[in-house]
Amino acid sequence: MPKDSGIGASTKRREDVRFLTGAGNYTDDINIHGQAYVHFLRADVAHATINNVDTSAAADMPGVLHIFTGADFEPIGGLPCGWQVTDKHGEPMQEPKHPVLAHGKIRHVGEPVCAVVAETYAQARDAAEAIVLDLTELPAVMDMKSAVAEGATKVHDDLTSNLCYDWGFVEENKAATDEAFTNAAHVTTLELVNNRLVANPMEPRVAVGDYSPADDMHTLHTTSQNPHVIRLLMGAFVLGIPEHKLRVVAPDVGGGFGTKIFHYAEEAFCTFAAKQLRRPVKWTSSRSEAFMSDAHGRDHVTKIELALDSDNNFTALRTETYANMGAYLSTFAPSVPTWLHGTLMAGNYKTPLIYVNVKAVFTNTVPVDAYRGAGRPEATFQLERVIDKAARELGVDPIALRRQNFVTQFPYATPVAVEYDTGDYEATMAKLEEIADMGGFAARRAESEAKGKLRGLGVNCYIEACGIAPSNLVGQLGARAGLYDAATVRVNATGSISVMVGAHSHGQGHETSFPQVISEMIGIPEDQIDIVHGDTSKIPFGMGTYGSRSLAVCGSAMVRAAEKVINKAKKIAAHLLEASDADIELKDGQFSVAGTDKSVAWGDVTLAAYVPHNYPLEDIEPGLEETAFYDPANFTYPAGAYACEVEVDPDTGKVTIERFSAADDFGNVINPMIVSGQVHGGIAQGIGQALLENCAYDEDGQLISASYMDYAMPRADDLPFYEVDHSCQTPCTHNPLGVKGCGEAGAIGSPPSIVNAVIDALQSGGKNVTHIDMPLTPARVWDAMNNA
Amino acid sequence: MASVSMTVNGKSVSGDVEGRTLLVDFLRNDLRLTGTHVGCDTSQCGACVVHVNGNAIKACAMFAVEADGADVATIEGQANADGSLSVIQQAFQDHHGLQCGFCTPGMVMSAAALLKDNPKPSEVEIREYLEGNICRCTGYHNIVKAIMAASGQDVGAIAAE
Repeated sequence: MPKDSGIGASTKRREDVRFLTGAGNYTDDINIHGQAYVHFLRADVAHATINNVDTSAAADMPGVLHIFTGADFEPIGGLPCGWQVTDKHGEPMQEPKHPVLAHGKIRHVGEPVCAVVAETYAQARDAAEAIVLDLTELPAVMDMKSAVAEGATKVHDDLTSNLCYDWGFVEENKAATDEAFTNAAHVTTLELVNNRLVANPMEPRVAVGDYSPADDMHTLHTTSQNPHVIRLLMGAFVLGIPEHKLRVVAPDVGGGFGTKIFHYAEEAFCTFAAKQLRRPVKWTSSRSEAFMSDAHGRDHVTKIELALDSDNNFTALRTETYANMGAYLSTFAPSVPTWLHGTLMAGNYKTPLIYVNVKAVFTNTVPVDAYRGAGRPEATFQLERVIDKAARELGVDPIALRRQNFVTQFPYATPVAVEYDTGDYEATMAKLEEIADMGGFAARRAESEAKGKLRGLGVNCYIEACGIAPSNLVGQLGARAGLYDAATVRVNATGSISVMVGAHSHGQGHETSFPQVISEMIGIPEDQIDIVHGDTSKIPFGMGTYGSRSLAVCGSAMVRAAEKVINKAKKIAAHLLEASDADIELKDGQFSVAGTDKSVAWGDVTLAAYVPHNYPLEDIEPGLEETAFYDPANFTYPAGAYACEVEVDPDTGKVTIERFSAADDFGNVINPMIVSGQVHGGIAQGIGQALLENCAYDEDGQLISASYMDYAMPRADDLPFYEVDHSCQTPCTHNPLGVKGCGEAGAIGSPPSIVNAVIDALQSGGKNVTHIDMPLTPARVWDAMNNA
Repeated sequence: MASVSMTVNGKSVSGDVEGRTLLVDFLRNDLRLTGTHVGCDTSQCGACVVHVNGNAIKACAMFAVEADGADVATIEGQANADGSLSVIQQAFQDHHGLQCGFCTPGMVMSAAALLKDNPKPSEVEIREYLEGNICRCTGYHNIVKAIMAASGQDVGAIAAE
């Protein structure tokens, strides 16, 4: 019988009511009296020297308050990078300056060059058209391998080359890995591209800066997944504003998917300009601006090799990846192809030797950073594709080959420096076989063939590292911040509770699921508990929401704070009941003395804490509010198995997803409805990557997919219903809720099964196609079929 | 500047707008009806769908002056008179048909227009009708399911939400 409240219940989301009635409060819905508007003049060439910026005509246009250029920001710090990677020689990565407004040089299409502040948006836009830029165009650095060749044009003149770092992991494994390849019975090699994507949350980014001279207070309203991180980065590194004079508010945020983690120039600009002009300054991104200024995702070019012995056991894995950084280092960009990618290359398998090489490269493109999955989709895609290719080369069943090589003993220390605490990969694979009705595939293939279509079945496994992360570990790996989280549980006199959490909810439903946890712990109704998030002036601290960490890290902080509250409340109850603390039990909102019928209600205890007439004041303070910071002991390791069935039209190359099934192990689940929704959305983004989406540049660095007319977002009629299951649960052993995280699984776990399915379909039709790079558009599939 | 008058959610409103002012900007900036959203600049995403004289239109693809004299309905006017959620809104909540909520007003307005013309749409008809409404969060699974449920169809056989 499903529960109707607390942990494990599919409680309907309370936040839906405001979103369904138009009562949400997104950043663009915020208007401050007297606000001015900024429009950024953005570069329309990829690489150029700025000889002169003439704003004189524009400055005289109606409504213009001020025009800022790169020179205005020269004395101010640039945008910081939050992660320093050390290369295979022990040297730090090359780290270029990242100006708020371009100064001296333009390095990508869309880079902000001037900022026009005016009374209205229209006036600001009109005036921007009157600015005259005198530029000398330079060759655009686009192809990564050419970019690191001798004599290549440099994106940054003050760096020695376009190579950010050349990373080897684990360098000590390299010789042994190479030797294993020499001794292998079979080696499968695959060269592939992980296509560049744009995250595309439906709400474009917005920033509203405000300044109060009376108390020297700066306020930034912004579309962020982590307002405290923005306060830290912008306050400390860009504008030099101490924390107590800078408030960052991220209200309702319309999706993030990673791209709203980062600190952006427009946020710093609006905060800065509001003080300079003594006017609130508002910026709302258009979608076109979003395409050329939101950090992009993926963009890896990889060669992967898998070595097997004569019994088809994996003996070694070796990869070489070129990872595009774009023109500047976005906030967490260096960590994505390294610590979020190399550490995942063991996947679900007990491959004993692994060596990963990553060359991160600067190009004249928009900066690339974390997008849903961040490094883990890239790792999963290459690994699960090369395994499938190996199975075909060896003539063995791809599922059997995976099973044979599964990790089965936990904890398991991989050769790439992480330790999986729990998992059961056989269980999720068996569940997948059931929900995907694999037994019925042959009949469905026959039906498709009768219609003249090719049908294919593809599977893959995945593992991810979530809940980032133990701060001492990430510090060693180059993170310039801790990655704990925090929560305050504030119990009010009447027993209702406000929980201030560092995690930010922008679609994940925290306002519903977090109270389920507190309700379960105390035994009071969920509607007695509210979640407060997204405002640095209201919550204790927080590193925000990304990497499927909200529940595993911030939820753990919330549990710890609630435990402190309960412990104190038990002392109060013991006093009221004239019993010993140790004998007090809390169940269903009642404190009772073990073995007696004496009890006192939650609300009476909380009232006593705030009206302490009969209260142990000599032992404990009045009030009932506790804060906890939680630093995780390890990553969490969600895992699963996914299956895709496709139909391919041999006449056109069009791929249709006929079935998609996902069997996930997320550990314990708080709200199954929300978890399924997270998986659905992730799968849709994975299908988008596999079949539709591609962020495309031409050789001159022009972004040629900068609108929804050019960038193929998945639409309702591109997608099927999904069959998802998360009944296989191996709880995490090192956090109090036993949870692992579910936000990214769908996007990580789906692309390889789709490509595997298309290859299966084409081979069933006698086509000798072994790989097609994503997205598998009709043109690419048709071309592969007809030119194979 | 031109004067415009129209009925929005049953109330008479008026204002002075530039010729280039879009209906969505008039609703959001002049009337402060911020439930109607802007998610793109090429009339593709559908976050701004409202009803004008009973027809679903993208409010970013119409000038405010073109709506002079029109009867406009937005997401703010969709709930029942007693403030409870409409059948469609309730179905979206019941079936988890929204996550971040940004596309949701447009989805609800499109769904309402669909069900007015086609009271029992099939899955395929719903998916085709929603071609002009982009959602990045839900993968559409629960949106399609919610609209089927709102039209009185049994969705029990469809995979869990």
